[in-house]
Amino acid sequence: MSPEYAVEVHDLTRKFGDFVAVDRVSLSVETGQVFGFLGPNGAGKSTTIRMLCGLLLPSSGAGRVAGFDIMTESETIKRHIGYMSQKFSLYDDLSVEENIDFFTGIYNVPRIRRRERKDWVLDMAGLADKRDNLTRSLAGGWKQRLALGCAVLHEPPILFLDEPTSGVDPLSRRQFWDLIAQMAQRGTTVFVTTHYMEEAEYCDELALISRGRMIAKGKPAELKTVIPEDILEIRVEHPFEVLEQLENSGLVKEVALFGDTLHAVVEDAGAATTAVGDFLAGRGLAATGITQVRPSMEDVFVSLVELEDRRSTEGAQT
Amino acid sequence: MKPRTFSWIRLWALVKKEFIHIVRDPRSLAMAFLMPLILLILFGYAITMDIKTLNLVVYDQDKSAASRHYVEGFPASSYFSVVATVENYADVRALLDQGRAHLALVIPPHFARDLEQGRSARVQVLADGSDANTATIALGYAEAITNRFSTTRLDSKVELAVDNRLRVWYNPELKSRWFIIPGLIAVIMTVITALLTSLTVSREWESGTMEQLIATPVQPIELFLGKMAPYFVIGVLDVLFSVAMGVWVFDVPLRGSFLFLLGVTAMFLVGGLSLGIMVSTIAKSQLVASQLAMVVTFLPAFLLSGFLYSIDNMPRFLQAVTHVVQARYFVEVLKNIFLKASPPAFVAGDLIFLGLFAVAVFAVALGKFRKKLA
Repeated sequence: MSPEYAVEVHDLTRKFGDFVAVDRVSLSVETGQVFGFLGPNGAGKSTTIRMLCGLLLPSSGAGRVAGFDIMTESETIKRHIGYMSQKFSLYDDLSVEENIDFFTGIYNVPRIRRRERKDWVLDMAGLADKRDNLTRSLAGGWKQRLALGCAVLHEPPILFLDEPTSGVDPLSRRQFWDLIAQMAQRGTTVFVTTHYMEEAEYCDELALISRGRMIAKGKPAELKTVIPEDILEIRVEHPFEVLEQLENSGLVKEVALFGDTLHAVVEDAGAATTAVGDFLAGRGLAATGITQVRPSMEDVFVSLVELEDRRSTEGAQT
Repeated sequence: MKPRTFSWIRLWALVKKEFIHIVRDPRSLAMAFLMPLILLILFGYAITMDIKTLNLVVYDQDKSAASRHYVEGFPASSYFSVVATVENYADVRALLDQGRAHLALVIPPHFARDLEQGRSARVQVLADGSDANTATIALGYAEAITNRFSTTRLDSKVELAVDNRLRVWYNPELKSRWFIIPGLIAVIMTVITALLTSLTVSREWESGTMEQLIATPVQPIELFLGKMAPYFVIGVLDVLFSVAMGVWVFDVPLRGSFLFLLGVTAMFLVGGLSLGIMVSTIAKSQLVASQLAMVVTFLPAFLLSGFLYSIDNMPRFLQAVTHVVQARYFVEVLKNIFLKASPPAFVAGDLIFLGLFAVAVFAVALGKFRKKLA
């Protein structure tokens, strides 16, 4: 088993008929890292993770997970990974304890370890006093932590989480990421997909995927420096009106709503601040503040996707 | 390297889990235990081929001692009850039209005189042929009663050339219930078994838990057997329960060996339960799976198993089709166990086909199941 990389794939491709869901994705994940796989819904995140877990055979490409070949050793891979799918995949009509017992059996956890593993999961998920409750009756955050616990009963070296935090309240999401960080600290490699860009901050390493293709990878801090443009945050009273005006003004490359403010992508922050300020004042929509901000992961993503699109259309023309 | 190591621990975990599902879900419990009961009672009482009493209308134009004597032979046979005695043809027609009488007996004037003078007397029997089956039977009875009357009029010195003594084996009173109930049990079990497994597998697809299971080291064969084992137990209980009802509620004798019954049931269940899993590999939603399971089991089992309609009387190509209807063999063997109690060797053909069906469907279903999970 390769000690350095828990996951290593080259040119991973999956086609469904004519549709290319995943297009030549290459990535490597170091052991003990939290690796974030980011992209909008339908970008190919789930398809990639399912190929890595041995649930789906790639159309082409090569790679190893936990040291085993993804093309030929999927059964062995399954014994060395934990996987939590997008839906909560516990049995609703089983109690907390019955679910744990079931997965303990399925993962063949040695008899002498069972008691300890069960207590660990109950403790980790905060469900010790709810062990006899039906899983159906649990709130989202608890269900999710129980699902995580059931996926790691056999202490897999690699954990795959497919959109683990979708549909869970913000506080539970926060707690969940704390759990992930703890596991990584103990040496578990965590491969996690999400479409919440702000969750990227919790990852050691990121890969951005859009329409089946990888458009960037690196550490969160690095990725924020890859875009050459600056980001302006514009505070106004009527954001919708201003959004429309600015889109047609030619002063900004890209403008989008960001909470109750606007984020604009511009070539040069200094020059644009004055230009946009004057432009809005001239139309009676004066801004209450225009400041340059550090790009958020969402800004980075939007700008990278746009760049990629421009490249591919240029590539198609020449 | 392809480690396909079978694990009893995993199988046991799956079986236990499945039992919990069944016990916790009132719907599947009802389907497993209430449905056979209801179907058995419903069909057991509804389907009968016995003709209890035939309604007779009499138009006696002769009104003699001889004609009265002749007419009395009908109610005396216990097959007929005289619902009306009328004085004209219009009333005869009305009663037949209304369906109040199955048969009309018209005795012309001079009936007694003809008999006295040693001439052959004539009577007219009219039957309602809109139910051909009943009409045929009614006419047969009428003919027999008439023949008996004729014999008593003959000189007592004359012996009949052939005196046939009829005896019906296995079901001396020809109660249709005796052959309907064993067949019905087979038909109902065919439907229930396929329905149960098709639902439990499609439920895993619907809830997304199948996706989770596939990502674990669970082997398709373990999952397959884990789904089948609990329903196998339920199937055995269902059959025993239905047989008990047949014996104690419907008064059908159980003459054959109980052990043989259990063995045949086991063979039947392997095929039936596998069929349900096969259905669920085609239809992933519970709704579609249950409908498909009904279609592929109920109609063939009901119409082509020989349970109600004799296979020998079917057109050639339909007879050929019945060979792949599993219920056909189970119906035959169950009837045998209930009524004839002949040794298993006498139904060897049916047993072989039942076994072949079980092995073939099990293998195909497992193959399809594997592909679906891969």
